[in-house]
Formats: sequence, structure tokens, C-alpha cells
Amino acid sequence: MTSALTNLFDGVAYGMLLFVLACGLAVTLGLMNFVNLAHGAFAMTGGYVCAVLVNQAAWPFFLGLPLAFVASAAIGAVLERLLYRHLYARSHLDQVLFSVGLVFMSVAAVDYIMGSSRIFIKLPAALEGQIDFFGVGIGRYRLMIIVICGLLTAVLQLILARTRFGSRLRAAVDDPRAASGLGINVPQVFAFTFAFGCGLAGLGGALSAEILGLDPYFPLKFMIYFLIVVTVGGSSSMTGPFLASLLLGIADVAGKYYVPKMGPFVIYTLMIVILLWRPNGLFGRTAAR
Amino acid sequence: MSAQAEVSRHAIRGARWRWSEAAFWLVVLACAFAFPSRYLIMADIARLALFALSLDLILGYAGIVSLGHAAFFGVGAYSAGLMALHGIITEPVAALIAAGLVAMALGFLTSFLVIRGADLTRLMVTLGIALLLEALAERFSDITGGTDGLQGIEMQPILKLFAFDIFGKVGLFYSLAVLFLLFLLARRIVHSPFGLSLRAIKNNPLRAAAIGIPVNRRLIAIYTLSAFYAGIAGALFTQTTALASLDVFSFERSADLMLVLVIGGAGYLYGGLIGAVVFRMLQEVFSTITPQYWQFWIGLVLVVIVLVGRPRMHRWALWAPNLIIKQIAGRKAVVAVPESDA
Repeated sequence: MTSALTNLFDGVAYGMLLFVLACGLAVTLGLMNFVNLAHGAFAMTGGYVCAVLVNQAAWPFFLGLPLAFVASAAIGAVLERLLYRHLYARSHLDQVLFSVGLVFMSVAAVDYIMGSSRIFIKLPAALEGQIDFFGVGIGRYRLMIIVICGLLTAVLQLILARTRFGSRLRAAVDDPRAASGLGINVPQVFAFTFAFGCGLAGLGGALSAEILGLDPYFPLKFMIYFLIVVTVGGSSSMTGPFLASLLLGIADVAGKYYVPKMGPFVIYTLMIVILLWRPNGLFGRTAAR
Repeated sequence: MSAQAEVSRHAIRGARWRWSEAAFWLVVLACAFAFPSRYLIMADIARLALFALSLDLILGYAGIVSLGHAAFFGVGAYSAGLMALHGIITEPVAALIAAGLVAMALGFLTSFLVIRGADLTRLMVTLGIALLLEALAERFSDITGGTDGLQGIEMQPILKLFAFDIFGKVGLFYSLAVLFLLFLLARRIVHSPFGLSLRAIKNNPLRAAAIGIPVNRRLIAIYTLSAFYAGIAGALFTQTTALASLDVFSFERSADLMLVLVIGGAGYLYGGLIGAVVFRMLQEVFSTITPQYWQFWIGLVLVVIVLVGRPRMHRWALWAPNLIIKQIAGRKAVVAVPESDA
């Protein structure tokens, strides 16, 4: 019983982490309809920036996290302005080829600079070990992840639903032409959103080094997970991808714990079944965009 | 003269063999004889070309974007390997066809999943199927040999006449023969009314349905056929290299395949063949510059191709040949510029 609760807790932490990693993709893929398979590369960048700062420059971990965000967001902004924006109107095939190319480049570049082995980020002592909560073992690190990611989710939802920027973004996504006719600077909104999503991915990458493992193949290994979150979650709101991430996290942890031999089998089957049942995602709108 | 007769006359003229095509195959054959030290790499190119041909059938002609075409390649490879290993079908040509049929069956079953939904769902489902098969192959390692792959595959002579040799000569000619035969079949198919209807579907599925083309059935048919081709390519891989390991299912294989097709140009049959040659050459060049990191350059090529734009790229590539043809024969176009795709 207690192990089940611990698993549930780990699953929730994992899911939250996936959400932070993938919510940028939920906007670019789900809302802007751009197939960006290179999303994981931004996450990896954040992870490596944090690792270098904390391990080699001896920065405190909690200072490394925002820097991971900033670094990924900056790279995202530059790439968006230079490359991505030319491809918004192109076919999905072009977008796939382009982002796969970016993934290959990032994998080889990181391999070249940092080496191919898995790296770890030194955690402060306060984050290690477990707390015993009514007999349920709760990892401190995972608890921190839940807190950070939970806060982020709430803030994101508020920004999207309540702020002026959020309504601009929604308008720009719904109908770019009408939005620009109303005086909204659509390319700017997209660029900012893209960079912010990349930043979140970078933060997620830094947080995930401990749990998912960080090596140059990160973007390839977790690409499918990000895509699952977005396609299963649908694109109508932040809630869909959030629930999908939780579901995926819990299912994956439980799958690995209870049926270890089936491995990732559970997840892929689940994804295919859900996509067949609801091609637009569990929480998606019905009209195909 | 009715419009229908006009259309069929046009289609028949498009399907006629050109002298440039004959020249292409003669050059291929000449290469096979001219470079005896390069049998292995040439066999590799022939297999890749066949695999690319298979993707071209669905991507170039029917507009189905697949990120998991390696699934069928892998199934073909493992089927051929297992059949040879356990002595179920020992004769290579029969085993090749059997492996192709296994992949075809899988293609038929999964086609129902693929035709549902739009591009994005298709990407996900095809990718998911390939990953699923990879996970399965890893899980049932007692059958597939897990990460070590199938070991100790021994091939019988082809048609009981030609034994595989260590230099890969027989392997090369075997691969080329298979490639040529399947190319002929594919050529016949894409110029048939069936093939023309696929192009109509690709250009506009709604319009195609409106003029009475059974869209889903056609897509299922071509997807199944394409799976057969990919399965044969996989089986050729196992038979000529005598190994099959988990990486036959890998995402990189599917992604590289897209690059092959994009280099050559999707939507005309020679695209895959030319792309395979160029891709392998690029790979050779890159791995001599930076042995471990050639993937970086492959990625760069992809990014540049997309940014420059594929139609423009092909116009550039065809500029010189067209100029020469124009001077000599006084007419245009060696090979038609591939249509811009979906």
C-alpha cells in the first residue's frame, strides 16, 4: 500500500516534470501547428548549462536553474528569429526534416563538447534523501519538483487566461490575420512564446538530469514522450497537456515498477490506442486544424 | 476525341520509357562491374535505394508522412534472419518474398491506424509503431537475440546456384536484381490509373473523394505495398550482411531515410535511387572528416535543404543537365522536376 503511494508520488513528480519539459511544445505544436521535433534539444541545452555552472563553476543549484532557463530561452529566441520563423507556413514534412536536422546537429555537438557519457548535477544536501510522511517515503528532490512545477503550471495558466499577453497569444493563434489587423504584433508574440517555451524546456532539462538522466541522446530518447504529451493532451488549453503528462508519468512509473519486463511497451500501446480512439487527443477540440 | 481519351493518351505518353532511364540503369550495371573493390558499399546503396523507393511510394505519391518506416524494414530483416537461422525457408529468394509478405501483413494491419487522423497523428502513430516493435524485439530477446542481434545466420546459395561470397559480389548482383525488378513493378504501378489516382489523393483528398476515388482503400493499398517493399529491403539487409540487430528499428534509420528521399527528390521514382547514392557518398565524406560526429553534418544538410527549399534545390541540381540536353537535343528536362509535395 505504502509502496503504491510512493509510486504514485514518483509518477506525479515525473508527470509534472514532463509537463514543464513539454508545455513549450504544446504551444508550438498544438497551437502554432509547427512540428518541432527538436524541442528536446533545448531541454538538453538547459540541462548541460546547469550542469556546467553547478559542477564546474561551483554555482549553487538554485542559481543554476534560472540560468538554464535563460540560456535555453536565449538560444530559442535566436533560432526562432533566424530559422524557425521562415518555416511556419511550410509543410509538415519540411518542418519534420528541419527539426530532425537540428536534433542530429545538437546530439553530435553536445557529444563533441561534453562527451557521450551520462552526467549528473551535484545536488545540495538539503535535497537528498527521503521524508517519511505517515509511512509513505517521499523523495525530497521529487517534492521540490512537484512544488516548482506546480507553481509554474499555475502561473502559466494565469498568464494565458488572465493577462493581456495571454489574450494576444490566443488571438494570434486563432487567426493570425485578424490578430495582426487588430494591431497585435503577431511575429513578436510568436517569437516571445517560442523563446519562453524553450526556456521552460531548459529548466525542465536541468531538473530532469537527476531523474531522467542527461546525455547527448536526450532529445532523441524523450522526443516521443513530449510528442505524446502534446498529441494525447490536445491543444485547446494548458489543462489537456497537463493531465496527459500526469497520466503518462504515473503510467510510466507504474509500468516500470509492476511490469518491468514490458518496459516502454505500455506507454506506446496506450498512446496508439488513445490516438485511435480520439485522433485529436483526449482533451482536444473536435475540429481538425 | 473525348476528354477521357485525351487523359489516357497523356498518361500513356508519361509512362513511356525514355533513353535517359535506360542510360541510368546501364550506368548502374557498369558501376557494378567497374569497381570490384566496392561491392559491399554498392550493395548497401542498392538496399538503401530500395528502402527509399518504398518510402517514396507513400510519401512522394500518396503524401503520407511516416516517421517510422524502419518498422517494416526491421520486420523484414528479422523475418529473413529467423527463417534462415531456424531453417524454415532456406532458399534466399523464397525467404525474401516470405519476409516481404510478413512486413506486408503488418503494413496492412497498421494501415488502418495510419489513415485515421491528419499529418500529426500519422507521424505519431508511425513513430509509435516503430518504437513499439523495437521495444518488443528487446523484450523477446530469447527470439531476437536482444541487443546482440541474431547471430550465426548462414545463407544458402541463391536459387541453389549462386553462393554468397566473402567479397559481396553475389550479394551486390542479387540486391541489384531485386532492386531492378521491384523498380519495374513500382514504375508500372505509379503510371497505372491506380498510381494516378494516388497523386490526385495527394494533391487534394477531398476533391479526389468527390470525383469518386475511394481514398481510404487506395491509401491502405499503397501503404501495404510500401510495407512489402520495405520488408524486402530489410530482408536483403539481413541476407547480404548475415546480421540483424535492434538498430534495424531505430528512429535514426527512419530519419536518414527521409533525408535520402529528400536529397533525391520525392515524387519520382529515381529520387530514392539518386538520393541513396548521394547520401552514402556524403556519409563517406563526412565520416572521413570527423569520424565520430558525421551526424552533425547530416543534420546540417537537412537544415540547409529545408531552408533553401526543396523545389529550388532541384532546379539548381537540374540546371546543368538541362542546359546540356537543350544544346544537344534541343528540348528541355532530363527528368521532370518533382512536384512540390503536400
